[in-house]
Amino acid sequence: MSDSLVVAKNVTRVFRSSGGMTDVHALGPVDLTLDNGEFFTVVGPSGCGKSTLLEIISGLSEATDGEVWFDGARVRQAVPPGVGIVFQEDASFPWLTVWENIAFGLKRKGVEAREISRLVDNALRLTGLRSFATAYPAQLSGGMRQRVCIARILVLEPRLILLDEPFGALDQQTRLIMGDELLKLWRETGATILLITHALDEATMLSDRVGVMSARPGRFLDVVTTGWKRDRDSRVVSDPEFGKITSHLWSLLRGESIKAISDQT
Amino acid sequence: MRKATKVRIAVLLAAAVAIEIACRAGIIKPYSMIPPTQMLVSLVKLFTTSGAVADMKQTLSAVVIALTSALIVGFVVGAVLHAVPRLRRIVDPLLATYYSVPIFVFYPVFIVAFGLNAIPKTVIGFLYALVAVVINTLNGLDRVPVVLWKTAKAHQLGKVSTAIHIVFPCAAPYLFTGVKLAIAYAFIGVIGSEFILSSGGLGYRISFAYNNFQTDVMYGLMLFVLSVVITVNMALYVWERRLMKRRGER
Repeated sequence: MSDSLVVAKNVTRVFRSSGGMTDVHALGPVDLTLDNGEFFTVVGPSGCGKSTLLEIISGLSEATDGEVWFDGARVRQAVPPGVGIVFQEDASFPWLTVWENIAFGLKRKGVEAREISRLVDNALRLTGLRSFATAYPAQLSGGMRQRVCIARILVLEPRLILLDEPFGALDQQTRLIMGDELLKLWRETGATILLITHALDEATMLSDRVGVMSARPGRFLDVVTTGWKRDRDSRVVSDPEFGKITSHLWSLLRGESIKAISDQT
Repeated sequence: MRKATKVRIAVLLAAAVAIEIACRAGIIKPYSMIPPTQMLVSLVKLFTTSGAVADMKQTLSAVVIALTSALIVGFVVGAVLHAVPRLRRIVDPLLATYYSVPIFVFYPVFIVAFGLNAIPKTVIGFLYALVAVVINTLNGLDRVPVVLWKTAKAHQLGKVSTAIHIVFPCAAPYLFTGVKLAIAYAFIGVIGSEFILSSGGLGYRISFAYNNFQTDVMYGLMLFVLSVVITVNMALYVWERRLMKRRGER
């Protein structure tokens, strides 16, 4: 357990209702351990509490029950330093250039100007945004804006990167390419990644392990180990094992997805 | 210069030339309106008249005080209402119906309360401008996406830092609208008050000129008021357009 960066124990989330409505038990209890440098993905039916789990691990919201530890310290009502989050929605700042967006967190931390310059230039190179440094987000595509958000957290050198369906709004080809870029960044930074996605192929391609969640209240049904090498890329989709893993994930999820849909209707 | 700007200027010039011709040809009588060139000459003359310059200063300083106070109080009230939804639910109907109240009817009350000086008209200018700022501040804060609030937390920003670095820049276009409206309302409030009861200022001076058949003085002063308001609003408009262009909005 000494190599664990994140430990979540018995995490449960119940949304209390008012005015006679029944409480919503959204998540848990869930146990999860993320090892240093691991790429872990959570898949599950809509509304199963995937994003809730990410928000609790990040410190953006509080668990009703259970606890989360990051790097040996308890996470409580605040995002600890060393944790970076990329959201599904575009979170780039439209009033700042790409360069200023990426430098945002460093400036707030009071990092020296020369160091900011070095780190931002490096992030621009890593994310392939060098020629767009002076552009505003409005001048970029959705995928590029998401790269800006990724670069903005990369410069802060987080040990844990939490990604909440970051490619959800992108087309399939862009998602494959973004997946390749994400794997490259993961290898180069050595960070631990927790990805939330509804795309099973994306989960299979990117992850060391995939946690499959049940319909609400979300619990882990199984954790599937992919067995990919660290220097993998999107070409694993042509590996026969890719189809088998994705198919296995779907066999675990199919019944839960049907249950989730029937609960919604 | 963009084509639309050229067309706009051409239309304005054409209107001015048409009025000039109509006045010079006697179609419009001199006691109704003087030619625009004469208005310009009158305006220049007014700058050399100490009484008129004093009135200009008096009105502009009242507008500046009313506007500045409305911006400060309006931003603070807007931010507080946004932060306390329960309070907002109580105040919302009052904000929605605020401009149906003719604030000028309270002018005599303000004279009794503050005396026959610059304060009553400044208060009216302030009251006119205030709610435009509050409403647009609320509108701007409502439109800050949830994801940006989360981003602020993810960057471990405190409340003040979140406001300065994320919330206000994000809400800026709406705050700008509030500022533009507040300028117009502050002028309306102050000059309108001067028309009614004040013993000084541009409104009083215009009213005095009108009652004493000083048509050239009246139009010179009106031209001055229009020039100031249009110049300030145009400057803000250019700035706003630049901001919006960065965000990919027109």
